[in-house]
Amino acid sequence: MKSLALAWRLLLRDWKSGELTVLAISLIIAVTSLTAVAFLTDRVGHAVELRAAESLAADLRLSSSRALPEKYLHIATEVGLESAVMVTMPSVIFDADRSALAAIRAVTPSYPLRGKLKTATALLAAESETASTPAPGEAWASTRLLARLGADTGSTIRVGKTQLKITRVLSFRPDQGLQFLDLAPTLLINIADLEATTLVQPGSRVTYRQLFSGQRATINDFKPQLEALLQSGEQLSDIEDTNPQIRSAMESAGRFLNLASLVSVLLAAVAVAMASRRYALRHRDRIALLKCLGSQQAFIIRLNLLQMLMLTMLGAAVGVVLGYLSQEGLAWIAKDLIAQELPAPGAAPVFLGFVTALCILCGFALPDLIQMGKTPVLRVLRQDVEPPPLRYGISYLAGIIAVLALLQWIIVDIALVLGIALGAAITFIMLGLAGWLLVKATSRFRGVAGVAWRYGLANLNRRGRESVVQVVAFGLGLMVLILLTLVRNDLMDTWRDSLPADTPNQFVINIQAHEVPLMQQFLKDRQLQVPIFVPMIRARLTLINGEDVNQMTFEDPQGERWARRESNLSYSDTMQTGNSLTGGSWWPAGTERHEVSLEENFASELNIKLGDVLGFEIAGEPVTATVSSFRTVEWDTFKPNFFMVFSPAALEGYPASYLAALYASPEDAGKVIDLMRQFPSVTVIDLEATLAQVRDVMDKASLAVQAVFLFTLFAGFAVLWAAVQSSLDERRFESAILRTLGASRKRVLSGVAVEFIAIGLLAGLLASTGASLAAWHLAVNVFKLEYQFSPAVWLAGPLLGMLFVGISGLLATWRVVTHSPVSVLRSA
Amino acid sequence: MNNQNSEFALKAENLSKIVTSPEGPLTILDQVSLQVSAGDRIAITGASGAGKSTLLGLLAGLDLPTSGKVWLGGNELTALDEDGRAALRANQVGFVFQSFHLIPSLTALENVMLPLELANHSQPRKAAMQALESVGLHERAGHYPRQLSGGEKQRVAIARAYVVRPTVLFADEPTGNLDQQTGETVIEILFEMNRESGTTLVLVSHDMGLAQRCDYILEMEAGRIKTEQNA
Repeated sequence: MKSLALAWRLLLRDWKSGELTVLAISLIIAVTSLTAVAFLTDRVGHAVELRAAESLAADLRLSSSRALPEKYLHIATEVGLESAVMVTMPSVIFDADRSALAAIRAVTPSYPLRGKLKTATALLAAESETASTPAPGEAWASTRLLARLGADTGSTIRVGKTQLKITRVLSFRPDQGLQFLDLAPTLLINIADLEATTLVQPGSRVTYRQLFSGQRATINDFKPQLEALLQSGEQLSDIEDTNPQIRSAMESAGRFLNLASLVSVLLAAVAVAMASRRYALRHRDRIALLKCLGSQQAFIIRLNLLQMLMLTMLGAAVGVVLGYLSQEGLAWIAKDLIAQELPAPGAAPVFLGFVTALCILCGFALPDLIQMGKTPVLRVLRQDVEPPPLRYGISYLAGIIAVLALLQWIIVDIALVLGIALGAAITFIMLGLAGWLLVKATSRFRGVAGVAWRYGLANLNRRGRESVVQVVAFGLGLMVLILLTLVRNDLMDTWRDSLPADTPNQFVINIQAHEVPLMQQFLKDRQLQVPIFVPMIRARLTLINGEDVNQMTFEDPQGERWARRESNLSYSDTMQTGNSLTGGSWWPAGTERHEVSLEENFASELNIKLGDVLGFEIAGEPVTATVSSFRTVEWDTFKPNFFMVFSPAALEGYPASYLAALYASPEDAGKVIDLMRQFPSVTVIDLEATLAQVRDVMDKASLAVQAVFLFTLFAGFAVLWAAVQSSLDERRFESAILRTLGASRKRVLSGVAVEFIAIGLLAGLLASTGASLAAWHLAVNVFKLEYQFSPAVWLAGPLLGMLFVGISGLLATWRVVTHSPVSVLRSA
Repeated sequence: MNNQNSEFALKAENLSKIVTSPEGPLTILDQVSLQVSAGDRIAITGASGAGKSTLLGLLAGLDLPTSGKVWLGGNELTALDEDGRAALRANQVGFVFQSFHLIPSLTALENVMLPLELANHSQPRKAAMQALESVGLHERAGHYPRQLSGGEKQRVAIARAYVVRPTVLFADEPTGNLDQQTGETVIEILFEMNRESGTTLVLVSHDMGLAQRCDYILEMEAGRIKTEQNA
């Protein structure tokens, strides 16, 4: 109790006198930047999840070809989830004398649970979001369906045995997705009308869906509960299964955010370690005095522990509040960029803030403070008596383990964490070594200029170890800043490039071979881009190395599905852009051999090896081909891609339909409707809305990346600041002596400037080297991007280093130099 | 531990301190013995490097001798470990240093309060204020050391030393960093408080004028007691 109260009083007094400022601010910046990142990531991540959930129209979607039991809906209602039901089936609908195949979707009024429907009052009229669904007796038809029927709103159509009036044009469903093949245009009806249509009969191809949405935590609890109850044939999807474009953007953003959080933690640890070293050094006299006044060593160590714990809690609390406010401010500034309100953050970042503060302060500050507790009492008589030197390697081990545990907790990827730990260790050693060599090398330049240079460079050498520590600290801070800038730019460029403005937004499928030249002419006549027409052949996989696929079992349900369903095959002499070989080789153009190239995951799910012979049935005829290569496919390019691509010799001559992806600007909407009317048997799928969805996710991810980048910059500055502060006491005293000896303020400042600029230059050189190597590694191995060495980095590092370290060093010492030397010497 | 009652406030027997230097072992203190009765004021003088401060450190239990023994009150300091010596200092010893050793981040009042707080005193603020008043600095209670003159700092240090009512007060060159006039004022206060409290005073100083004010003077030379005389 006594030590608790005393620790608190001493802490307050230290704070009042400014002793704790550097340490407390380093800690607060660390926690602020980390929690701001965590809060924002949490919110943006949640917003992205919600947006991704829109592509399911729900957080969870249950599908089956048999009617789903009502009990799932009851359980959902009991736990407080929203639910909706959708029944889908293909059927031909009639409008007077015309008919068209449509996908009838009968929904309950709560559909969609995520995202909004968009409708228009008539064809080509402006669309708007709507919160309702068709009333009983009404139907909303998609543009394609109306184009095919030659109808518009106001028409009455026959669906099965009932008549429905078309009241709106359905221009967008959030869950229309990209699963475009076999897709008929939609007719949305009220589920109350389903029975009257009499379309649901034994043997009809009906898909039943139950949709669920609600609080994240409730969904997370509900999902396993539901999974335990599922019968065979009932398939549960969540946003993990959402479309590949969104997933890919989320994964890259997630990796960058994790990396940036991690960098904040590492920087914070460095800043706190430096600040606490200074704090501890300044406390040697106090500890000796306390011992002289009769305090025992254990009591002093306990006192230090308590003070650090209190500081941790207070610093973390302030940091968490500031972190929350910063991200709130940022979200507010960016509210125009992100179309919708961000959801409220969870409590996890608060916990993260406290745990981080505890890890870095206890890990990096305590060893120093405990060591200082061993200051001999004799120091009160002789200032040269020091505590035993700290064995940093061993002492910081606990801190390093704590930080690694923290990183593992944040990133949940042991390989990445260990990789980064190894990288950081190598970086530290290399920076230390290079710093030492550079510091030694500068001594040669002492004589080249005036007294300021001599004094500055002499200082650099005299403070040997401290100089190396500073070069390493500045170098590390700068390196991380340059590195993040490079990676961020790479990432943003890649995102921008992945969806250029002319990304295909219309998929045309079911084009018959004879229609291809006609359609090419049609597009040319209307100044629309003429795309490549890709052949597609429906087939069923029957044999793998002569064994009947139907008799085989597959471990993964995904493999099972792929083996059983009809597949779409294509053939080509050249590999699609965005594909890359991972095994085997592509066939030479014009080959006579029957070969097939498989998508890597597809092959692995079906246990297919290179050289295996696959048998297919196409329109009743058997076809075989040898697996000659594996590929990875970038599914997020909005271009037609296939799991199985054959050499033309294998498939040419079989009945194929064609598909094409083209870009049509909003002004070309009328031309697309003309196309549908001119070629009634082809299906045109408008991907504009899906593209917008993906672009929106990328915008949000970009915002998070920019914000995190900003906060990591703050953490970097904290390190630089702590590094400058760590040598301030000594500088203060030296400046006073120099001025007492008659040096002008200008001369003293020049000396200080030379020293800091030299440190900045060395740190910048090291930072450029380190950042270039690390950026290359990250781009190639983590983000899977192409990397180009940038000469500008080699200029920016040293320049930034000299400018930033020079200016901040000067600013920090300015007051010292401009103060009266008497006051400095008196207080020494 | 020797708990025998002793009429001596302080006793040293054959104290030696030998340190290793690059040139080999160096004897800083050589077989020094002395006895100080309760309430006595003793001055240790000598030239720089004579071993004055080393002797003071050993007598106060701040350092351990290479050989020899020290008793403070009835307790053999040299038989105690660091924590034992600290406990003894907390109860019986006060210090005044040449370089004041005030904690820069604490105000004058807080510096005086510190030993009371360490001893769990019930009203540290009140007692510390009184101590500051007795050295004439109650108006500077809220000032930090950097805002005080040298003399004022030393007066705060004296208040801090006496506030716990020690049985022995060690003063190491208390005027060494002060001008003559300020030094005299400080010494006046030191001796006055010593008179009031009846504390045994061990004073290290090379200032013979100051030494003359004590009851005894030990003059040291090359680590040995050269002369021992009544002042």
